[in-house]
Amino acid sequence: MTTVAADLLPPNAGVLNAGLLGGDERRQRLAMFGLSVPALVLVALVLLVPFSWLAWLSFFDASGALSGENYARLLRPAYVNSFLSTLQVSAAVTAICILLGYPVAYLLSQLPQRVAQVLLVFIILPFWTSVLVRTYAWLVLLQREGVINTWLKQLGLISESLPLVNNLTGTIIGMVHVMLPFLILPLYSSMRAIDPVYLRAAANCGASPAQSFRQVFLPLSAPGLGAGAALTFVLCLGFYLTPALLGGGRVAMWSTQIADAVSKFANWGAASALSVALLVVTGIILWAMKWAVRRLGSSLGEG
Amino acid sequence: MSLKRLAIANLLGAATALLMASSAMAAGETLTISGFGGNLQKDLRATLWQPAADAAGVTLSEETQDGLASVRVQVQSGSPTWDIVHLGADECAVGGKEGLFEPLDYKVIKTDGFDKKAYGDHWIATNTYSVVLAWRTDVYKDKHPTSWKDFWDVKAFPGRRALSTYPQEMMEIALLGAGVSKDKLYPLDTKLSLEKLKEIKPDISVWWSSGAQSAQLLKDKEVDMMAIWGSRVASVIKDGAPVEFTYDNGILGYGCLAILKGSTHVAAAQKFIAGVVSPEIQARIPEMMPYYGPTNSLAFKVGKFSPEVLAKSNMSPENVAKQTFIDANWWRDNNELVREDYSLLISN
Repeated sequence: MTTVAADLLPPNAGVLNAGLLGGDERRQRLAMFGLSVPALVLVALVLLVPFSWLAWLSFFDASGALSGENYARLLRPAYVNSFLSTLQVSAAVTAICILLGYPVAYLLSQLPQRVAQVLLVFIILPFWTSVLVRTYAWLVLLQREGVINTWLKQLGLISESLPLVNNLTGTIIGMVHVMLPFLILPLYSSMRAIDPVYLRAAANCGASPAQSFRQVFLPLSAPGLGAGAALTFVLCLGFYLTPALLGGGRVAMWSTQIADAVSKFANWGAASALSVALLVVTGIILWAMKWAVRRLGSSLGEG
Repeated sequence: MSLKRLAIANLLGAATALLMASSAMAAGETLTISGFGGNLQKDLRATLWQPAADAAGVTLSEETQDGLASVRVQVQSGSPTWDIVHLGADECAVGGKEGLFEPLDYKVIKTDGFDKKAYGDHWIATNTYSVVLAWRTDVYKDKHPTSWKDFWDVKAFPGRRALSTYPQEMMEIALLGAGVSKDKLYPLDTKLSLEKLKEIKPDISVWWSSGAQSAQLLKDKEVDMMAIWGSRVASVIKDGAPVEFTYDNGILGYGCLAILKGSTHVAAAQKFIAGVVSPEIQARIPEMMPYYGPTNSLAFKVGKFSPEVLAKSNMSPENVAKQTFIDANWWRDNNELVREDYSLLISN
């Protein structure tokens, strides 16, 4: 606020009361910092302290001696494969969410606000239902004697039940369902913020609807898409419940390995190392995505 | 007015007396026992723990444990709030090796009637469960599978199968499927076992990870035959699903009790455990917890059971002869290595 005010004043006015303005700014900064202290303390207590403890644990083996054993273990094929399949599943779910979610968010953003708000309820509705319930519902729908297979058989479209669940297919269907709102909501709000004037201007300049979408709308919605995709991808990386229930034990997600290390093998050191690895990789991916989205946004804007 | 005051004074006096009486009873000693929770813990308390606590003159307080890790945290704290823990036998064996438990006093606890594999220096099995072969009778109408060899015979018995994500019992089952005789299982030939599992893997539709899930798979006909806990398949049959199972070639596993190191009630805990494994209290299992079994075979000498109860109990002399006991000590020493190979095999 003060800087804006300073900009509005004549150039020499700033010099006259610079000391006063500076003091004002410092006081305001202090006040802002003071206001955020409770939040900082909370984050430190519930996030940083436990995580530091977790990271600390990961350097000790089961007998309590200092060792890199827990990290060396991560290079074994079982863990490497699990890590790769976690990335694959997360990427697939994110891609499907984008394909399904982008048109929906686009449609919502083009509708009158009141209609869009009603339709948004349908997207938010699943949020109010427990993930466990939704996952079991998929089990009922997708299993061999489930609703979908029974219908398809009665319609004579298939003679043998399709393997829709207890495998990768079922896992991805279930995860997409849970993740879709996380993609659509940030995307929708960023699309709403795009001023329709830009698109009209593009049309006035002779751009076809496809051109104005590609050259104007898409780059402007890229930050929202990036945020939604990053959120979806990162949530997928740590997803436990749905893969565990719909994967039939055949989709080895990283989170399953962490749960196993704690619950089946009581090895907190190993579980900690797995968690630290997941966190580091998540951080790297988030950073890379942020960078990529910025590049994408600017290159599309130029092209 | 004074009459009313008198009445109140009387009431207070009676209440105080009552309070004192109940605190005097509790003063005996309170043992805190931590188990798996849920129905199993409820049944165990009613069947085994409460009568044993009454006999030992202690009050019982219950908690739930979350695997050996939670026990480790309790012991490492120096003053555990649990005295006794109910775990799976391999967890007891691992905990014993790690020094988490007090040694059991076998002068107090009598092991007559116990299989040698069913107790160790620091733990004793208190109830058994069976992992059995179960199948859908609507799928296998004329000829049903009768052994793990049939489970591996996908030509004679086509159909979708399920095994557990836990290597325990499954490694044994694979060896039985390979034709290894049940008295020659241990030490497990892990190489052969994993080979057999790899061979059957394309026909395993689901690797289940919880008892509830395993029951649902069979009930909803998601799979046609599977390895499943006896107690779970029993509930599926009770629900009217066309399912049968056999104790033939079943694997017997244990739940066990151990005393946490640092407990301040060790002597009372020893007495309590002695009660739990006594033939008289063990004899309550066949009727109160069908499909589970007593670990003390003398229970069948002490108790009189109807043929129906005996047919259901996994430990009745007739049924126990068909099955084989898990070796908790082998799993204690090999768990982690086998587990990694096993999960590698499942997920690749």
